[in-house]
Amino acid sequence: MGEQTSSAGGRGCARALCLASASVAMALACGSVQAAPPNQTSVAVASEPAGPTAATGPTQAAGPAMLRRLSPDQYRQTVADIFGSDITIGGRFAPEIRASGLLAVGAGNESITGDELEQYHAMAQTIAAQVVDQSHRGVLIPCTPEAASTADDRCAGKFLDAVGELLYRRPLTRDELQVQVGIAHAAAVQEKDFYAGLRESLAQMLVSPEFLFRWSDVNGPLGGKGYSTLDGYARAAQLSFFLWNSAPDQTLLNDARRGRLNSPRGLTREVNRMLASPRVEAGVRAFFSDMLQFSCAEDPCLDASFSKDSTIYPRFTPQVAADAQEQTLRTLVDLLLTHDGDYRDVFTTPRTFLTPDLAAVYGVPLPRTTPNGEPSKWQPYIYPAGDPRAGILSEVSFVALHSHPGVSSAVLRGRALREVILCEKVPDPPPNVSFKLVLDTTNPKYPTMRSRLDAHITNPVCAGCHRLMDPPGLAMENFNGDGSFRTRENGVLIDASGALDGKKFDGMQGLDQTVASDPAAPACLVSRLAEYALGRAPAGDEVQWVKQLKTDFIADHYRLPALLREIATSDELYRVEWKGAAVHTTVASAAK
Amino acid sequence: MSTKVNRRRVLRGMLGGAAISVGLPLLDCFLNDNGTALADGAPLPVCFGTWFAAMGYNPGFWEPTLVGSHYEMKPQLKVLDPFKDKINVFSGMQTFLDGRPLATHETGAQICTTGSIPVGQDIDVPSIDQLVADTIGSRTRFRSIEVSYEGVPSSWSRRSSSSVNASEVSPLALYQKIFGPSFVDPNSATFTPDPSVMLERSVLSTVSDQRASLVNSLGTADRARLDEYFTSLRQLEHELDVQLQKPMPMVACSKPTAPGDGPHGQAIDLVMTNGKLFTGLIAHALACGQTRVFNAVGTMGASSVHKVGSEATFHIDTHEEPVDAQLGYQPEVTWYMARFLDCFSDLLTQLNSVREGPRTLLDRTVIYCSTDHGYARLHTLTNIPLLTAGGANGKLKTGYHLTAPGDTVARVGLTVMQAIGLPLSSWGTMSNHTTKPFSELLA
Repeated sequence: MGEQTSSAGGRGCARALCLASASVAMALACGSVQAAPPNQTSVAVASEPAGPTAATGPTQAAGPAMLRRLSPDQYRQTVADIFGSDITIGGRFAPEIRASGLLAVGAGNESITGDELEQYHAMAQTIAAQVVDQSHRGVLIPCTPEAASTADDRCAGKFLDAVGELLYRRPLTRDELQVQVGIAHAAAVQEKDFYAGLRESLAQMLVSPEFLFRWSDVNGPLGGKGYSTLDGYARAAQLSFFLWNSAPDQTLLNDARRGRLNSPRGLTREVNRMLASPRVEAGVRAFFSDMLQFSCAEDPCLDASFSKDSTIYPRFTPQVAADAQEQTLRTLVDLLLTHDGDYRDVFTTPRTFLTPDLAAVYGVPLPRTTPNGEPSKWQPYIYPAGDPRAGILSEVSFVALHSHPGVSSAVLRGRALREVILCEKVPDPPPNVSFKLVLDTTNPKYPTMRSRLDAHITNPVCAGCHRLMDPPGLAMENFNGDGSFRTRENGVLIDASGALDGKKFDGMQGLDQTVASDPAAPACLVSRLAEYALGRAPAGDEVQWVKQLKTDFIADHYRLPALLREIATSDELYRVEWKGAAVHTTVASAAK
Repeated sequence: MSTKVNRRRVLRGMLGGAAISVGLPLLDCFLNDNGTALADGAPLPVCFGTWFAAMGYNPGFWEPTLVGSHYEMKPQLKVLDPFKDKINVFSGMQTFLDGRPLATHETGAQICTTGSIPVGQDIDVPSIDQLVADTIGSRTRFRSIEVSYEGVPSSWSRRSSSSVNASEVSPLALYQKIFGPSFVDPNSATFTPDPSVMLERSVLSTVSDQRASLVNSLGTADRARLDEYFTSLRQLEHELDVQLQKPMPMVACSKPTAPGDGPHGQAIDLVMTNGKLFTGLIAHALACGQTRVFNAVGTMGASSVHKVGSEATFHIDTHEEPVDAQLGYQPEVTWYMARFLDCFSDLLTQLNSVREGPRTLLDRTVIYCSTDHGYARLHTLTNIPLLTAGGANGKLKTGYHLTAPGDTVARVGLTVMQAIGLPLSSWGTMSNHTTKPFSELLA
């Protein structure tokens, strides 16, 4: 058990209590609002000094606790799960920070700028107004006030208590509930509207750091082990954001309250429930969107962008850009979840899905209407034998994302293959280097990308890295900057031969097969998924854990669900380094 | 609610027993009748902006030969000739890596804007605009605004590595943010505080109350991140406070016309079009006292700015385009550079066209113009072209070319900040640390 908080502690309310009228306090005292637990036992978090990606010493049992900011998708999904998918978010989210290849790791290093908080505030107002409006209140608010023109602390408390638990991913303390009811009361009196009170109180919770950040509340020191474990509610959140990319549902929270997530049996049972839920698809999509850098499709990155020149690539419309990401996600979900397939097959599978717009870029005839005349949207499609396309590397979401606006790029594609798919790091180019010739497409002496890169690589300063990037990148040269297929560049037949770490092959099919048989590809997936779950690079004993995950992934025939299950049920996911210095005065796992 | 609020009076929003108190800034209460200066004759407050366009200029084609106040405009800066007396040109300075790895296009820009190479928690410093905003940005509705002409939401404005200010990419969105329903005309005869804003402000104060219990529970790095959140919260509260005050009159303020909901992107024509819209909005925002700090990015390093129909981009051209033997520079690259100088020139034109009594908005502003590399073709970090524009209400002398070969670029930033009145005696870290402003420019 941790330390007892002071009476003035908890998640502060001194000023807010002034907001609440005396009647609120009386209501609580008289039991007209269900009393939340007092500010109970403290739990400890000590996340210093290692940053989210910092390597720690070899004797360390676990990495630091994480304070992670909710991602835009997690924010949207949480709001949709709690209030319904018809609630409009409004506002905009700022670009996220990518660290160690993942936004999920960068989230452990993100704060919230003034402009961003302004946006969150606007979104909170928009969301809260909808939740209490005439069309939603009957469904979302579990009681009716005695009079709609003034405060009703009992009804407000019932709503805010339930919603607060879902938003904060733990029960509200008694003080916190008092504050929220106090806000609702004061605002209702001022506005002469009970629902305006709920709106203001809900909006306040939606901008609170308790909601916008994911906290790592822990149980306290475990005698001499050098680490602590997440408490039940933090476990529930860790699980839920990992597997569903959203906040815990009521079942998870109930299990957390009952301590069921602390036992291997209870944890396994809950993980199995979550993996069997259709919501796991959202989790898998979120992970691969992050790993494959699809955020760069929305906000252009320096070396990955869907910004295409419409005069050169007129078929590459915003709709195609959106469909391209969806195609890859559908391909992955179909293979890895629906068919419990071998991860290595994502690089070679002929099974995919197309829309008419996307099919136009692929040069595949796809009717725009179904046989019964309905508009055609997504259709399953199987690349025929011998087709140059197969697997996700040949899809627009990879070859076009890693290209320039008006021309393909063997360098960007080769670099992305190394860094995104194989988890290797290619150094940045040195200064004072001329890249002359690489893209001088008008020079008759160097008509193709290969000839230009061959000339470029004669520079010894460049050769070291370009010998890593260019050979696999050149194997993708049959694809234009928009992802469409071609056989010639400037009238010259493209030589799409390539190599990867000494293995030579021809064209995209050869590259697909080579990557599929490269042990680095599944090992990369395991590393990324573990870091995605932890929110940071593995540290201390976790390094050995990741090695074991890789071994087990092979033994499980590269099945993603098995890997998800193993990570989700591993003790390592719920351990944090114990330093004992800092005390977190949050609600503990004590039951209400 | 009173429709007329005595500006010297402290506003009080009573809410369920709690009071919000909004004290009016003292200076704002002593304006002269026409709002062109403070009542004691002091000029309107200083504004600060940064302008960033990657890739620098062509060595030999921008540095004046003459040093001092009688310098001549070289070909690449000819477009700025109308402002020769209102700008300063700095040549010869460089950025120092101190053995740290170079992130091409990033490191040079970071040093120009922070005086340091920010590396995680080891060196984690705010950018110059945020330092300035700490001093002059606290009385306006928006502490600072950031815009990107090329539609990429990046910026060099940062409080730390975990708190980077994103750029607005849509002129319409910026218009709505500043001049939307929450905008209050500072020259309006009447003022009615909005009760809903008062309510929002009071509710937000309950979030602030959570700070102590939350921050104390964290280690240093996470505490710093959470502190940044609460700094942002105070900023938001402040924005609402400002909305509850009668704004001080601004003689040159006028509400601009809303821009259309046009596309944004990296085609150069689009960049120029949106740049012009952003420039107009910045001028109006400053003139109306909505902010005193702005950051405008023409193009970040290694961006995909391009001509429609061209396979190459500005950045690719810097690497690939041959130097024209007769001209002595890369023609296509130079064309792009000229477009961004056009954007900068337009910014100066718009600010200079806003007259506030005998002076212009540009006269009470300082714009710090920096870039990422000295010579784009080779991506060098020496002879970085730097400019300042505007005179900070006469505190920064203008019309000079100064050269300091081998000195850190941080000298210019330090000079600007001292001119604005920041109590700084030095700026930068390691080899980019300097205690030497260009004191000859400080009035």
